[in-house]
Amino acid sequence: MGLEEKLPNGIVLASVESLVNWTRKASLWPATFGLACCAIEMMTSGAPRYDLGRFGMEVFRPSPRQADLMIVAGRVTNKMAPVLRQIYDQMAEPRWVLAMGVCASSGGMFNNYAVVQGVDHVVPVDMYLPGCPPRPEMLIDAILKLHQKIQAEPLGPVRAELAAERRAQGEKLELLPSSEKYAKKDRKTGEAKAEHVW
Amino acid sequence: MSTTHDDPARPDPYGASSRETTEGTVYTVTGGDWDEMVDQTAGDERIVINMGPQHPSTHGVLRLVLELQGEVVTDARLVIGYLHTGIEKNCEYRTWTQGVTFVTRADYLAPIFNETAYCLSTERLLGIEVPERAATIRVLLMEINRIGSHLVALATGGMELGALTGMTNGFREREEVLHLLEFLTGLRMNHAFVRPGGVVQDLPEGYEERIRSFITVMRERLPGFHKLLTGNRIWRQRLEGVGYLPVDGCLALGVTGPILRSAGLAWDLREVDPYLGYEHYDFEVPTETAADSFARYLLRVEEMNQSLRIIEQVLDRLEPGPVMIQDAKIAWPAKLSIGADGMGNSLEHVRQIMGQSMESLIHHFKLVTEGFKVPPGQAYVPIESPRGEMGAHLVSDGGTRPLRVHMRDPSFVNLQSAPAMSEGGMVSDVIAALASLDPVMGGCDR
Repeated sequence: MGLEEKLPNGIVLASVESLVNWTRKASLWPATFGLACCAIEMMTSGAPRYDLGRFGMEVFRPSPRQADLMIVAGRVTNKMAPVLRQIYDQMAEPRWVLAMGVCASSGGMFNNYAVVQGVDHVVPVDMYLPGCPPRPEMLIDAILKLHQKIQAEPLGPVRAELAAERRAQGEKLELLPSSEKYAKKDRKTGEAKAEHVW
Repeated sequence: MSTTHDDPARPDPYGASSRETTEGTVYTVTGGDWDEMVDQTAGDERIVINMGPQHPSTHGVLRLVLELQGEVVTDARLVIGYLHTGIEKNCEYRTWTQGVTFVTRADYLAPIFNETAYCLSTERLLGIEVPERAATIRVLLMEINRIGSHLVALATGGMELGALTGMTNGFREREEVLHLLEFLTGLRMNHAFVRPGGVVQDLPEGYEERIRSFITVMRERLPGFHKLLTGNRIWRQRLEGVGYLPVDGCLALGVTGPILRSAGLAWDLREVDPYLGYEHYDFEVPTETAADSFARYLLRVEEMNQSLRIIEQVLDRLEPGPVMIQDAKIAWPAKLSIGADGMGNSLEHVRQIMGQSMESLIHHFKLVTEGFKVPPGQAYVPIESPRGEMGAHLVSDGGTRPLRVHMRDPSFVNLQSAPAMSEGGMVSDVIAALASLDPVMGGCDR
């Protein structure tokens, strides 16, 4: 088709974008944020039968500074919400959040005074996983979907171009991770902050 | 909280204050303030450290505030409530049947026990007895659940102490339990299978072979824990003599379950106050006398073996019959069946209420939307959960919803013994003591 057909053996072509995204997705380290029933299923996913290690992420990091995926597993209560936000803030960029189970996604069946009605009130969420609790297979599937999302992440100029184009059309920027979308936009106008380059 | 604060310049900020009212003396106990506590220790050899609520070794979202002198814990304070879900309050706005769905999520490692405790209290209020087969199925499910819960206790306990193979083995074995429970009830966790009046449906075809093969598998694998951990020098050194709480301390603090039995008192509600026909089963209540974490570990392994014994006897006792009370005012009118679009009301039932009987339709509608009425009064029926005495204190005002639902959860009560177990010990022993308590914060905070 082009140049790559003339290349000798042992040379692989890739874009920086896909390389960077590949490294990011292939060693996603989850932070343990087990709260309730889902935490047990999350642990089960890491245990022998389901073995998250097959996807390069068996190391659940207790320390948020060494983690880039926060799996919010369980009901987030009003008392827990500030703690959750602090853990999230301690994680280094780039970072992703997976709301595991209906309680974390929307409050679920606990529509009352104690439970935060969806963890997206506190931190931006990249993937919602329904279920009460979701089976380990479902968690693995959600993480693999998140891998795809990370792999398809545009970076650099492509990202800036895309963002500008779509923002001009007044669209929501679903290709960008919501973590950046929320953290960097002007709270009044909803526009991205001027000093920030996508 | 055992520290004596005899220094008048430094009063105990956590001590109870009291004031006189027309109703008598009112005592107020507060948890105190972090800053105050840190200020107090300023210029001292003591330091205050915070552990949790997001910590891999605190067995859930428990927060510990530890005051240390060197590496010795002089004061341990527990902060709970990080998982307070409002389950009890939610139940007040649902029918008696719907309450099952909420309470099952309290102690999420022992869902069947939550359901059974709630249903037994409801049934006492209603003044009904469940059919023999329903009671036996409950026993069967509870004992299977007990094995699963104890396996998680060993697994997470092992993980917290750094014995990761204990964790992987525990979870591998627990999968057997969950697969069986899924086969029997349809769900891995949070089953809502036990309902007031019986259980929601009969066991599926072929249950006996599945359960018997489960027993065979578990009989093979449970001795593995002894091989892996019991003789392990590190495991013994971490657990032996750690988290010591003698029987008088247990009784003073209201501790039940394996912790009380590890102190030598053979108090098991299945034995001392049988319910659901436990008096017909032949099993032992294992006890130890060491009253330490290692004794509790041994007890849990032995209790799993006893549960297997009970499950075997249940299989021999199961007679065909109804699994739900025959009273049409209480029993769910529909039989469930698997259709082309998943599980739902059986086709015959739909045919009846939609085409043949208007009265059936009205009855179905009323029972499902409004629920059944429960006579006014209150009831409390305790059962033996994997962690100790568990019961639901239900109050009814005669309506279709509970006036008050209170879960007496053993995790909550047992947790208050944690300071007594860990004060005076090393900071690493706090973890071992907590792991041996096996609190489930979902049950503790509810």
